[in-house]
Formats: sequence, structure tokens, C-alpha cells
Amino acid sequence: MTQAARKSASPLFEGADWTFDTLRRVHDAIEMVARKDLALDFYTNQIEIISSEQMLDAYSSIGMPLMYRHWSFGKHFMQSERSYRKGAMGLAYEIVINSDPCISYCMEENSMAMQTLVMAHAAFGHNHFFKTNHLFRQWTDAAGILDYLEYARGYIADCEEAHGPSAVEDILDAGHALMPNGVFRYRRKQPPSLRQEQERQRERRAHEEQAVSYLWSILPDTAHTSKTDAQIRERKRELHLPEENLLYFLEHYSPVLQPWQREVLRIIRNIAQYFYPQKQTKLMNEGCACFVHFHIINTLHEQGLLSDGAMLEILHNHTNVLFQPDFDDPRFSGINPYALGFAMMQDIQRICNDPREEDRAWFPDIAGSRDWKNVLAEAWANYRDESFIQQFLSPAVMRRFRMFALSDNADDPFYLVSGIHDERGFHVIRDTLAQNHDVASLEPHIEVVDVDLLGDRCLKLQHVKRNGVTLDDEQRDATLAHLERLWGYDVALEAVES
Amino acid sequence: MGHFVDRRLNPKDKSLGNRRRFLKRVRTHVKKAVDDAVRERAIADADRGENVVIPSGSIAEPIFRHSATSGHRDHVSSGNKSFNTGDRIKKPATKEAGGGGKTGSNEGSGEDEFLFVLSRDEFLDLFFEDMELPNLVKRGLKQIEMKKPHRAGFSVSGSPANINVTRTMRNALGRRLALKRPNDQEVRALRAEIFALEAVSSPTAKQRKQLAALHGLLEETLRRQRVIAYIDPLDVRYNYFEHRPEPREKAVMFCLMDVSASMGEREKDLAKRFFVLLHLFLSRRYTSIDLVFVRHTHNAQEVDEDTFFHSRETGGTVVSTALSEAARLVDERYPPSECNIYMAQASDGENFSGDSDKCVRLLDDHLMRCCQYFAYVEIVDEAEIGFLNNEDNGVELWRHYRRVAEKWPNFAMKRIARPADIYPVFRELFAKKTAEA
Repeated sequence: MTQAARKSASPLFEGADWTFDTLRRVHDAIEMVARKDLALDFYTNQIEIISSEQMLDAYSSIGMPLMYRHWSFGKHFMQSERSYRKGAMGLAYEIVINSDPCISYCMEENSMAMQTLVMAHAAFGHNHFFKTNHLFRQWTDAAGILDYLEYARGYIADCEEAHGPSAVEDILDAGHALMPNGVFRYRRKQPPSLRQEQERQRERRAHEEQAVSYLWSILPDTAHTSKTDAQIRERKRELHLPEENLLYFLEHYSPVLQPWQREVLRIIRNIAQYFYPQKQTKLMNEGCACFVHFHIINTLHEQGLLSDGAMLEILHNHTNVLFQPDFDDPRFSGINPYALGFAMMQDIQRICNDPREEDRAWFPDIAGSRDWKNVLAEAWANYRDESFIQQFLSPAVMRRFRMFALSDNADDPFYLVSGIHDERGFHVIRDTLAQNHDVASLEPHIEVVDVDLLGDRCLKLQHVKRNGVTLDDEQRDATLAHLERLWGYDVALEAVES
Repeated sequence: MGHFVDRRLNPKDKSLGNRRRFLKRVRTHVKKAVDDAVRERAIADADRGENVVIPSGSIAEPIFRHSATSGHRDHVSSGNKSFNTGDRIKKPATKEAGGGGKTGSNEGSGEDEFLFVLSRDEFLDLFFEDMELPNLVKRGLKQIEMKKPHRAGFSVSGSPANINVTRTMRNALGRRLALKRPNDQEVRALRAEIFALEAVSSPTAKQRKQLAALHGLLEETLRRQRVIAYIDPLDVRYNYFEHRPEPREKAVMFCLMDVSASMGEREKDLAKRFFVLLHLFLSRRYTSIDLVFVRHTHNAQEVDEDTFFHSRETGGTVVSTALSEAARLVDERYPPSECNIYMAQASDGENFSGDSDKCVRLLDDHLMRCCQYFAYVEIVDEAEIGFLNNEDNGVELWRHYRRVAEKWPNFAMKRIARPADIYPVFRELFAKKTAEA
């Protein structure tokens, strides 16, 4: 860009103060870049200016503008209020909600430069990701979420009126304890149509006729056991077991719950499901938003629409957010998802535009293709954190972060370094890091395996251990107590090695 | 297309309902914290907010989660400086130290205690809870200070109801004089002159010229009158009111208590609540309140608050010593002409035989004449209060005080066994003052 072109336009704003007029002008300028240059696809924006008290309110109700009432939200409110007042915690500059229109909250304290950054980040970066990523498209209903929350709030208030607050609180407490175990991880199979069913039966019969062998029938005692086996199998089939969505199972099959209690569980389950994609795409979502704001801000600055002062303030905040402390730094608390996501996406851009030999070997498809916009759009749409790292973490990024993988055996008094950023270690690090971002392996895998509704009704759960990692005893017992309250009969949890 | 919405004026306390639910859930802990605070604090600052610490067990939100101390796991960390593949790094000694690159699934074991701050209102609500105060009184007590509008000059803006007519008209007059606005009399005089001239049937040339000049003058005068308004927005003045806190006088509150061995922890706690409530009431009415503590056994002395509540004395019980000590202090330091004197006495009702007469004399002749109010509580056993329901029965001191109460309307007395019994002692005091307010 030449000097003459750079200064072609005058800055959109000067100074730190913002007005709604300036906000609107800046929003439109950002939208122009987002649409024309990056070809982003986003929901209509609804940007709401709120005060710091309201931001604290939003914090306590998991970021949603309306939420049913529960004491735990009050607890979180007090917690964040306390640390905010003590100065131990700053407030977020914005909160963005996956809804259509996409609502983002911006703090009134932000300077105009910050509002610009926040809009580019949340109202376009996150917004695009919400609209295009397959997990959000598949699992969340952006257009309906606010209506649903409104309904949920009203329904639970009605329940409190009808059945007393403490009865509702009991169900909510128990439901919240099982919230992480209240999501579907895979699309459920559609029930077959009648025609498919008949076709399958015909095939099965044909197979059985073919496989008939009278030799089997002379073996002693098989008939009896196979009959019970068949019964159990039938029972499990009817209850769709095994079932990993505990809340769903309780909602449908618990022998003791009232209809309104089932509906409350359903509400909790739906909210858990709504947030599940955000857990799975933390790194990508933030990376996408950071990449988008960085690109937009730079473009605006090149066009002369942002003054140098504003640009410096924005960059200052940008680098603060993207700071990755070393492992021996007291501030270290794991890999910063903002930093890694942004670095990986920048690296994809570099690989497309300016690849090295190494990149050609690792990413033959995209290296040198110069088509980074499409590669990124593809990645944003079709990956989640785990698969994104597995696919796109490049040696250059691993080197830059000076990553190393540790293997930690609880019985050993030491950690073993299983890989560093060298030729041998790249794959180890990439695999380990991908696994660390797989929500399914971070959260305990617990499923309902059997229950005899006509017998003792004992609910049998199974915890599938990975690498010998057990459950935290205290938390497990407390959660099981909640589970028993919802089930009404005994609950047994056994751990099996995968 | 983006929409902008200004939400800053929306109601703020969206999570108030959640906060209430939380407080309800931890009620027992909060109540205990409040009771402890009342016991430990000085009377004068009983009505502050309070830090409450709650063991996290009662408000835990359990979920299934991996234990941090079992099995095998892998992490990736950043910032490698000297490690090579195959190196062994010693684990830090404490399992939670986490410095050695522990990341990922280690969620931590949760905090042990939960600490939050109770607001002043919430604190007082809980404090009042088992005292069974009427709501009107509770609200009155929570109000920190009362303000009244006072005239504070004039302002150029305000509501039409507050227009100050005199000031406005004076300004208008001054402006009209300064700008030489012609008044109606001048106009009338001109018109009369013109009328007279026009009435002349055959005017001379001089007269005709004069008439033309007069017409010009009238037109100019009328124009000036139009242009220079009679009352201009500039002239308008409004009365300005300032909200000033009510001036309140000085008061002194005497706390008299029997500290002989028969007063145990329970009795002292009840007595303290009694003093705190009186102090809360007084602090609403007076800017500064002196607290004087007089304790007595068989002799009385002035002590500080800590000694008053916490140290023990042995000896007999002679109530009149406390009263005469209080009377001496009043004479010495708090002349009734300058100070409002309130006295609160707590005792278990025991007195040296024959001394009660002396008490009555002291009260009649001296104290009741200079006191605004004298409140006496007899702290009795919860088991006893059942058969002490007849006001006339009781120990010697009680019977004698009954005589005082009959004579002086500003003397209140009551037997208390529970916190709920305290308020009725002040009922009259509160009823009278809230009616006034």
C-alpha cells in the first residue's frame, strides 16, 4: 500500500470518547471489510451498551441475558463481585451470545478504540464462527435460544409458584450436578421407516434360514442362558441402552419424577446442549475472533480510518490478550487458547502465502496455494479444537511456543518429557495437544448400561476409565446422591478399564 | 446492518433474586455470623455490613470429574528452555503446587471457604429477625439520615411550581428600566396628543409636521415595546431548595448492668441486644451519641465497653450504687440542658434487701427529672417467664420499679427471656417518635 493511498481517508474518530453515532459509523466500516475483504457470513448484529454492574449480572447467569433463578447464580455473582471490587479481576470488555440476531454486550467504560476492537472481535469474529461452524449449526438454534430461555424462566417461576421454591431448587440442584452428563455427543439414529424395517426383517430372516445348523441345538444348556441374554438385550434395546446422556435417560425413564420435574430436567439438558459446542471450540472460536479483529483493524488502519493513537491502544490490548506465559512463569495456567488459536490461524495464512520446505512436506494441500481465505473459512466451518490441532498445528507454531509434552504417571515421582519441538517430537506434541483439547476425553465418560424396571430398578452406571484415571471420590458420591434423588431407587456406579 | 441498544438505564439488580435465594440457602451460617458479630462488635458500630465466611461444603456444586491423583495423563506446556526428550523432571512436593507444567485436566479441588459481604440492610434484617420489630420501625431504623429541603437562594432553572414571582418581576423591571422600554402611560400620552392634533379641523403646516413626527414617535415606541419583552425568560428565577440532613442534637446513653456472677453469657447477650437496639434508635435521632458504661456489683464504676461485657466481678448486688454513679456522671459531664439523656438498665432482678427503696428515691428525686427515657429490663429464665406473667408479682426491685413506672411516663420496664421480648420495652419510644417523624 503506498503512502498516498494510506492517507486517503480521514480517521473515523479521534479521542477516547464514544457516541452512538461514531459506533454506528465504525460498525459500518468494519462490516464493509468483513463482508468484502474476508467474505464473512454473520447474523445481523445487535450491540448493547451496558454498565459494569450489568456486566457482573451477566457473568452470574452464564452470560445469558435472561435466565431462570437459582441460588448458584447468586453465589457466582457474589464471587465475581467480590474479586472485582478487590481489584483481583477485571471485567470482560464484551460478552457475545450465539443468537440470531447476534447480541453482543459492550461495556460503557471502553474507550472508542476499545469499542472498535470489541466490535470487530465479537460482533464479527465470534458471530461468523457461530453462524458457520458445523457444531453450532448442528446443535444450537440461534434464532430460538432467547425465546427458549424466556420460556424456561417463566416455566421455572411457575413451578416455584405451584410447587414451592425448595422443591424446584432440589430438582435444579440435582440437574445442575448432572449437566455435563446431559448432552448428546453424537447425532441420534433416526428411527427407520416402516419400509426399511420390513426390508431389514426380510434380510434377517433370509440370513437365519441360511445359517440354520442343527448341530448347535444338541449342545446342552445353551437355550436357557441365551434366553435370559435375549431378554436383557431386548430390555436394553427398548431403553436405548447404553445411554450416555444421563439427564435424557432420567427425564424419560425415571420412575419417580412428576411431569413438571421432567420438563425442568429437559430445560437444563437443552441449555447444556446449547453450550456444548462452545466447550469444544474454545480455541478455534477465540482464534477466529482474534484473527478477524486483527485483520480488520489493520485494514482500517491502512485505509487511514483509524488514527495511529487508536491503533496503538488496540495493539496494546491485543498483545495483552494474546500473551502466553512460559511454564515456569507464575502466571502460567496452561496454553492460552487465544494465543494458540490466533498463532495457528496466522500460520495458516503464512503457509499459504509464503511456505518453507518444511511446510510443503507437512501441508502439501495448502502450502503456497495463496488461498488462505478459503482455507481458513473451511477450517472455521468444519473443525473443532481437537481436529483443528490435529490437522493444522505446524512445526513453526510448536517451535515458536517452544512446546514440550510431558507424560505424567500418578505413581511416579517424576514427569517424563515425551517430546520437544524437534523432528521426533512434533507428532507427539501434536497428538497430545489435540487430545488435551478433546472435551470427550477431559470429562469422565459415564453411561447407563442396564436397569431392570420390572425388578429391583437399580440403575447401573458404568464409568469407562481412560489410562486408569479414576473419579474424584468426594464429588462422585455427592453427585450420585443427586442422581439417586432423581431416580428414586438405588444407583450403582462401576468403573471399567477401556 | 447493526442495531445499537443502550441498556445502561435498565434495572441493575437483575441478580438480586439469585442473591436472596443464596442467602436463604446459607441462612443458618449467615445468621450465626450476624449473631457472632453482634456479640463481638462495639455497640456503636453494630449496624455495619459484615463479612461472612461459609464452609464451601454446604454450597458445593458437585459434578462427576476426574481425580487429579490417579492414572496416567499427558500434557503440553510452552516455554521449554532446557528439556530434552526422555528427561525426567521431579514433581513438586505439594500436589497442588502446579509449577512444574501441570495443566489440562487438573481442575483443582475447589475452594475450602466461601467469603462474601453482607450489606448493611441484610445485616440489620437478620439482626432484627428474632426481635419481632414492626416493619415500620425496621424501615425507620435502616434509614441512615433524614433529609429535608431547605431554601438556598434562587436558581435560573427549576420547575414552574417553584417560580419566585417577586424576584422575577424585580429582574424584569430592572431590565425594562435599563433598556428604556416605553411604558403604557407614555403610549397613552402620545395617543392623546395625536388625538388632540387630529381633532384640529384645519391644521397649520407646523401642526401637520408635528403630527407626522408624533406618528413616527408612536410607531417607534410601539416597536420598542414589542421588541423589549415585559417579562423575558432571562428574568425568571426559581426558588432553590437544598436537601440538607436534619440537624440532630447530642445525646448520651447510659448502659447500666449488673455484672455479678448470676449474669451468665445468655443474660449478657440479651442485655447487649437490648443496648444495641436502643443505640440504633438513638443514632437515627442524634448526630453524636456518647456511650457510658456503668457496671455494678455491690459498688459501681464506669468502665469501657470491653470490660463491661467481658470481665467478671464477684460480689453482692446493690443496684442503687449504679444509679448514684450515673447521677454523679450526669452532674459532672452531661448537664441535662445540653444533652439528651437516655438510660438503659439490665439486671437479673436481684438486689440487696432494703436497697430498692433507695433506688426509687434516687430515680424519683433525681434521675427521672433529667432523663428523656429510662428503660429497664429484667432478664429472666425462659422457664420462669411462664409463671411470672403477672406484672405485679416479682422480686423486690421489680415491685418497687413498678411504682416508678406508674408515676413517670418516660420509664419503661419489661421482663425478657428471649430476643423477641426486647422490642416491647421500646414500643412507646418508637411509637411516639415515628408518629412525630
